[in-house]
Amino acid sequence: MRWVSISLLLLLVAVVPVAAQEESEKEIERYRSMIADPMANPGYLAVDRGEKLWTAARGTKNVSLERCDLGLGAGVLEGAYAKLPRYFADADRVMDLEQRLFFCMRALQDLDTKDVVARRFGGPGKTSDMEDLVAFIANKSQGMKLAVPLTHPKERETRAIGEAMFFRRSAINDFSCATCHGEDGRRIRLQALPNFTKPGPEARETMGSWPTYRVSQSQTRTMQHRLWDCYRQMRMPGPDYLSDGLTALTVFLASNAEGATIAVPSIKR
Amino acid sequence: MRVVLIAIPVLSGFLAAAHAETPRADPALVEKTVAATFSQAPEAWRARVVQDETQRQCSLSRNEPAPAEAAAIQAREAGTIVYPADGGVIGDWRRGAAIAQNGQGGQFSDAPGVASGGNCYACHQIDPKEISHGTLGPTLAGYGKSRDFGAEAARVVYAKIFNAQATWACSSMPRFGHNRVLNEQQIKDLTAYLMARDSPVNAP
Ligand code: HEC
Ligand code: HEC
Repeated sequence: MRWVSISLLLLLVAVVPVAAQEESEKEIERYRSMIADPMANPGYLAVDRGEKLWTAARGTKNVSLERCDLGLGAGVLEGAYAKLPRYFADADRVMDLEQRLFFCMRALQDLDTKDVVARRFGGPGKTSDMEDLVAFIANKSQGMKLAVPLTHPKERETRAIGEAMFFRRSAINDFSCATCHGEDGRRIRLQALPNFTKPGPEARETMGSWPTYRVSQSQTRTMQHRLWDCYRQMRMPGPDYLSDGLTALTVFLASNAEGATIAVPSIKR
Repeated sequence: MRVVLIAIPVLSGFLAAAHAETPRADPALVEKTVAATFSQAPEAWRARVVQDETQRQCSLSRNEPAPAEAAAIQAREAGTIVYPADGGVIGDWRRGAAIAQNGQGGQFSDAPGVASGGNCYACHQIDPKEISHGTLGPTLAGYGKSRDFGAEAARVVYAKIFNAQATWACSSMPRFGHNRVLNEQQIKDLTAYLMARDSPVNAP
């Protein structure tokens, strides 16, 4: 099913970003609720591409990803994203969705993952298999409640590492995540900053709304990209794609977002 | 032209998050994970991943060091401050205004060699006419006037920008001089921006 009206969408992309920079915070808020409309959300193009990638026979083994176990059993998509990241016994690791897909691409498909990694972030004329697959799979948890498991000791350990990384200051500006996301009601310039240090509506609204279509980048982005971008603002080097540190941060953020309603792909500035 | 769309509000969950408190992670394990997270960093960027002692203490204490630890941090950081050789701390407020606005520099997306700004407006209100300012730090509007444009107050500002943690252990404000983000001239220009009588920051 096609959710998107292309002409409306092009209009939106052309008109809104300029306005968003100029206008007051209230205007930005209004704009945000306006673009949360799935009928005009280009993120659904990624969902459609992701569905094709999920069912396509690829790799030297020429099989699809449909036997991939995302945590609820081989091939089960509904609700899987709401419980990720989680511990996987077969890999003996806590994995987010992208790490898990990468694992399945290798183990099931023997796919050229060098190419997948090279296209990890989509750009002009370049789609990302990962961003598309995440959009498709996350969308299969639409309307469900985020409930990342913290029962396995490795899941609890990963959360604790993520929490420590959240408060870890480094690099030439002495920033940690908590510098910008550590208090209620703070702004950087005019940009409102969600507080992620405690459970609450800000953590829930954020974690329930990724992956998201970012109008300013004309791409559907995943949490891997968001954290990469925040480390850029921290004047840190780019973090390794699919590294365990990013998963740990995600588990920490998700643990403060328990019960969030998943509404993805959303659309943001 | 305005595109009107029907909004679907993002509903947040009403469940009180009842996540179990987990014990703190072993710092050695955290450092191992951090190192692995930046394993592909170019050689020249590696140093940024490694913490200095102050960063380490502030991280572990969540920016709330115990009094004795805070005093030790402030003493250590105060020792890093280098004042201009001629003692003058007032530069050109016009250049200071541009440095305060400039958020460039130091990011992996920046062109190599691009001069760093102070990005002060990210966190502070400064010139009251500039509405695009953050709120991570206190307002600095009218700063010089509120301190009677005093020479000692100007030295305090220079020191604050050079190393914010000399007077406030684990302040969120970057240690601009100590970390070599800003050079002596830039810090003098910023000091002038806050302290000069004719700076718009101090306009009546
Ligand atoms: C220098 C400031 C700064 C630092 C440091 C920082 N961020 Fe951010 N972060 C931002 C800004 C600005 C945004 C964009 C907010 C928006 O667009 O609503 C953002 C957005 C986010 C979002 C998405 C918010 C949303 O509503 O969708 C997440 C998640 C996030 N940051 C996590 C982190 C984590 C984790 C770290 C540390 C690894 C971090 N940030 C460090 C400034 C920062
Ligand atoms: C990431 C946030 C951040 C940035 C960027 C930042 N500051 Fe600050 N600044 C703070 C905070 C928080 C405080 C209060 C705590 C303290 O005194 O260290 C502060 C305090 C100050 C004070 C002391 C205020 C007083 O009450 O006496 C001055 C002066 C100051 N900042 C100037 C600057 C200048 C100039 C820049 C840019 C070169 C700058 N700051 C950049 C966060 C920031």
